Amino acid sequence: MKVDRRSFLGLGLGAVAGVAVSPVGMKLTDDSSIWTQNWPWTPVPVDGEVTYDSSVCSLCPGNCGISVRKIDGRPVKIEGLDGYPINNGGACLHGIAGLQYLYDPTRVKTPLRKNGDKFEKISWKEAISLVSGKLAEIRKSGSPEKLACITDKTQGSVSQLFNHFLTAFGSSNYFDMPSLESFLELTAQTLHGKGKTLGFDLENSDFVLSFGAGLIEGWGSPVNCFKANASRKERHAKLFQIEPRLSNTAANADKWIPINPGTEADLALGICAVMLKKNLFKAGKFKGSFNKFVAMVQKEYSVTKVAETTGIKANEIEKIATLFAKAKMPVAIPGKGRGNGGQSLKEFAAIHTLNCLAGSLNKKGGAFVMAMNEYLSFPKAIMDEVAEKGAGKTKIANSVNELVEKLNGSSKPIVDALFVYNANPCYSLHDPKRVKQAFQKIPFVVSFSSFLDETAMEADVILPSNTFLERIEDMPSQAGLARNVIGLTRPVMDPVFDTRNPGDALISLAHGLEGTIAESFEWESYEECLESVTADVWDSLSEEGYVLVSQGPPKGNPIVDFTYLSANPSTIQAQGDLELMLIPIDNMRLTGTAPMASPFAIKTVSDKVLTGTDIVVEINPMTAKGLKDKGYATLTTPVGSAKVKINFNEGIMPGVLGMVKGLGHTCDNKFVSNKGVNVNDLIGPVIESGSGLDAAFGIRAKISKA
Amino acid sequence: MIHDKKAHKFGMVIDLDKCTGCGSCMVSCMSENNVPFKEDESRKKDSITWMRVYKLTNGKSFPDTEVVYMPRPCQHCGGKGDHGHSPCVSVCPATATEYGHDTGIVSQIYTRCFGCRYCMGACPYHARYFNWWDPEWPEGMENYLSPNVSPRMRGVVEKCSFCYHRYQAAKDKAYYEERETIEENEYQTACATACPAGAITFGDLNNPSHKVHQIVKPDPHPDPMNKDVVGKSRNPKIFRLLERLGTNPKVYYLSEREWVRKAGDNYLDGEWDKVKNHHGSSSHE
Repeated sequence: MKVDRRSFLGLGLGAVAGVAVSPVGMKLTDDSSIWTQNWPWTPVPVDGEVTYDSSVCSLCPGNCGISVRKIDGRPVKIEGLDGYPINNGGACLHGIAGLQYLYDPTRVKTPLRKNGDKFEKISWKEAISLVSGKLAEIRKSGSPEKLACITDKTQGSVSQLFNHFLTAFGSSNYFDMPSLESFLELTAQTLHGKGKTLGFDLENSDFVLSFGAGLIEGWGSPVNCFKANASRKERHAKLFQIEPRLSNTAANADKWIPINPGTEADLALGICAVMLKKNLFKAGKFKGSFNKFVAMVQKEYSVTKVAETTGIKANEIEKIATLFAKAKMPVAIPGKGRGNGGQSLKEFAAIHTLNCLAGSLNKKGGAFVMAMNEYLSFPKAIMDEVAEKGAGKTKIANSVNELVEKLNGSSKPIVDALFVYNANPCYSLHDPKRVKQAFQKIPFVVSFSSFLDETAMEADVILPSNTFLERIEDMPSQAGLARNVIGLTRPVMDPVFDTRNPGDALISLAHGLEGTIAESFEWESYEECLESVTADVWDSLSEEGYVLVSQGPPKGNPIVDFTYLSANPSTIQAQGDLELMLIPIDNMRLTGTAPMASPFAIKTVSDKVLTGTDIVVEINPMTAKGLKDKGYATLTTPVGSAKVKINFNEGIMPGVLGMVKGLGHTCDNKFVSNKGVNVNDLIGPVIESGSGLDAAFGIRAKISKA
Repeated sequence: MIHDKKAHKFGMVIDLDKCTGCGSCMVSCMSENNVPFKEDESRKKDSITWMRVYKLTNGKSFPDTEVVYMPRPCQHCGGKGDHGHSPCVSVCPATATEYGHDTGIVSQIYTRCFGCRYCMGACPYHARYFNWWDPEWPEGMENYLSPNVSPRMRGVVEKCSFCYHRYQAAKDKAYYEERETIEENEYQTACATACPAGAITFGDLNNPSHKVHQIVKPDPHPDPMNKDVVGKSRNPKIFRLLERLGTNPKVYYLSEREWVRKAGDNYLDGEWDKVKNHHGSSSHE
């Protein structure tokens, strides 16, 4: 065929026309746009019916009511529960991020047994028979008291169940981690007698004198404190914050009064002295050498002396005393930071004495001396001969810190087996190296942790617990709250992994041990146990989701016993003699105790606290001779040393270094771990004589350019 | 669809004296809107936080230092004269971000965005973030993602939407219940509901019965000193960020402290004293 000019043009035009009308071009463009808009690796969340479940968050002692939004039964969002008597709709960032804990990379997915350095998976059946076998051996040896247990708190049926197990087993070596709640109980016991705890009516007080209590740093029941603080403006109430650093609470307060670290007790007693001298106090049921106390504070805590120790001017101390005494509803609150770190009984007692002298006890807006929660009625543990024998032995130690000390101090194993539940002592106690050392001296450690944290890593067997979203548990309010609420944590979903309620694990262990221990645990499941031990309140608890046991001031004017303070116990001194003072900082966006912060929470942490993997230390530019802002430095204390970054902060007293608590985790979670250092690695315990508390509020330190 | 003819102007006022810097709003936002996270989030320029809480200081030395926290969502600018020409909307070549004249909300359509990032350059508030990487969740964690907000992919810009899906849900519910309008409490952003201090008030700035309107008292007339500025608050304690730019943000801030209000803009020497007492005219009440 011959291609001439005419047919060539015809063909060409035909082709152009053909392409133009043909759908192929459009189709190809469409296809390519669809193709470029395909992201098969981006998840497409499945839609479905929306429902809401109510429960109680148990990540911290705050115990807020939460509402969980679910899509076809799949939880997608946690929010605060409206109308709940603790938080009424508000929620903190840790609770809101709660769903991340379900799928945390460090979650323990099945029971684990340590084999050499590694963990291997075992079934629940194997795990229970392994642990109960070991426990049976201990009982056979005739010294059941060598089983010890550490939990986060003593209240609530799960903690009580651990205690019940130990009693039936024959051991009194049950310990709880240091917490604000335990310090308040001890303070109440020292000043008002046994079986009491303290609550502070912050939402009604018109003058809050806070001795470093981080009301918006996570002290007490955090959301409740946030709310009380936020309503201050409308109520015309005042907050005076006394602490060495401009914390968020201090920044939000009406007045920030910087004080030399560790001298809070001296200031409180100094204010007592002014109130007594100027006759600004209200008489109460003062017992136990009140006169001796008056003479002691006049002599030892005169304004001039206290001004020198605390660094606060004498006239300012007098002014604070007058304002406090003359306020209508004043309240003084103890517990630096979150109130769960190193704290001293002297400080707590001295600060609470201000409430006693101001006539704030059991008054609206004051301090409440409340009866301990007593809604649980456990049957008496049945004890055989072995148990009776073990129960007769004295407790090894009075606190976790003392236990660690005793373990490290003895060459023979004084503890044969240890249970750890909801606590991370190998991270959160001062100088965790010594805690790990002590753990290594225990032949058999059983962890009930949901996460493979620093303490679970030291365990021989892990019986993993459900998270708070997957289980049922009673949650009594605590931590300085001025009302008594029992909440019910309810499962909002089936367990994601092969985990159990710690109560169920304990019941299986008891059944595995047979004899009187099994008889003491006659329940089939934890749920049955919970229903029977909370019998008095179960109906309303399970229907309403909570029981409001009491609110408003308790009746009666409690006695105040001055015996402890009138002997003038000595003030704790920081360890070492270096020129600077290192203090830990509680930051709302991090957690210093179990469980550790979620990826979302870590994401919100400022780059002036954490940059990359470097922790940032705060220092006043006046003190920072030779250092550069944002530069590297080496921070050394008598306990350890660390490479840190520097942040010049005008909001910290000269001579003081501030380092955040809650970083430096070493577990396998790239979003949270291996960031910065654990401040506890740099601080050693300082035990207060008498109370046995670790009262290290800080440590002497030096810093130099790295 | 609900046939609501009234033009809304959703906005918020944040009480900086109440804000504690606790971070609840940031996390509530992230978990509501399927915002991802990565190993290192300390480089804040590439850390996607639709809601970010800034720390401000008065710059004074010890012990006169003061600190205030300032949450910053997308400001949902109305643009010059409040006509909907927001800085970001004006520059988008892909029509991936639009101004909703019925709501005052600036949208972001991820699948239209091709990642030129002009909008990020145009935004004076650093409210926009670019996805430099594909989102990645640890195994199983995709299970908590919400179907109401599509997860974003590498190469697109994202920002706060005033939880627009909550508005849609509220409208759907109203339609189902055969109502013409939605109540104030039916549409609240995730940050506002989460704030434990009650510092964030959200609602319709055009609706006099809404709390946000009552607190802000916006002046609907142009500012006589600067015709581009509309909706200035009549409350002298309330300000907007870089207000004099005329971007007309719908996020207002409230503070009793003068240095905080001054920190809302950049002033030449002596300039602040001239403007500090100038606020929305009360003659239009």
